[in-house]
Amino acid sequence: MKQVFGKTNVLSANPTHYCPGCDHGVVHRLIAESLEELEVADRSIGVAPVGCSVFAYDYFNIDFNQAAHGRAPAVATGIKRTRPDSIVFTYQGDGDLAAIGTAEIIHAANRGENITVVFINNGIYGMTGGQMAPTTLVGMKTQTSPYGRDAATMGSPIRVSEIIATLESPAYVTRVTVNNIANQIKTKKAIKNAFTLQKEKKGFSFVEIVCICPTNWGKKPTDAHKWLTENMLPVFPLGTFKDIHGIEKA
Amino acid sequence: MSKWVINESLCKGCGICIERCPMKILAFAEHLTPKGVHPSSMTDESKCTSCAICAKSCPDVAIQIYKEEK
Repeated sequence: MKQVFGKTNVLSANPTHYCPGCDHGVVHRLIAESLEELEVADRSIGVAPVGCSVFAYDYFNIDFNQAAHGRAPAVATGIKRTRPDSIVFTYQGDGDLAAIGTAEIIHAANRGENITVVFINNGIYGMTGGQMAPTTLVGMKTQTSPYGRDAATMGSPIRVSEIIATLESPAYVTRVTVNNIANQIKTKKAIKNAFTLQKEKKGFSFVEIVCICPTNWGKKPTDAHKWLTENMLPVFPLGTFKDIHGIEKA
Repeated sequence: MSKWVINESLCKGCGICIERCPMKILAFAEHLTPKGVHPSSMTDESKCTSCAICAKSCPDVAIQIYKEEK
């Protein structure tokens, strides 16, 4: 018998604290496998955010740092500038990146820092119990929008990838999802492209991943992926918004 | 040795592997794990093609897949 699938050594043996079915675990694995396949795991440094994935440092066998809320791109900038040969990435949710950390991500992207940002967009604040996020869909009920998000008073969902793509400096901006195996393969490719660009010192790369939050959406994990496909993807269309080095075609 | 190996202590019983299995040969087990969940279990391994879709769908990387060598 030959092993065809097993856990990569870049992931630690610790069981995660994530809810059943949470996509964080899948994305952690895709990042770990990408770092391993690019042979950069021994010189990679991650920056964990505030949010559900705050404990990401426990789940990877690589160096990790944990930043103040929203400040992961600023911390990653410092690490990258002092250790330019490291592969530095941040792992941020929508509360961290699209709300309190809006300034940091915009300016890190605009400076074209040679880092990779992995942005998990599930349209809700997971860790604090399901409050409205900037990426919450119009009409979506959350703890702080119990009658549904009203665009007139609460605004509409922010499309971060589109905003980042309007800047001059970023090298690679893409939006992917892990709602099925086919999209999971594309997501891994996108993460690998982002790390490859960083390895070649070609600039800032941004990978947005549309994910589920079954607990706070109030859905079974299997139903949540259907809900994501039907409701999230029309608002957050998948695709690559910027690829100045043409890595996807290479 | 079996093709489908699960680490039950990691399984949280989300059921994504059961839904995605193309052969529909996975099901919740009757017993409970120390975590208090019914883990995923194999019902008919002879139909398993070692495609690893279940393992790649698992957010907790609880499943390992083996394939017979030709």
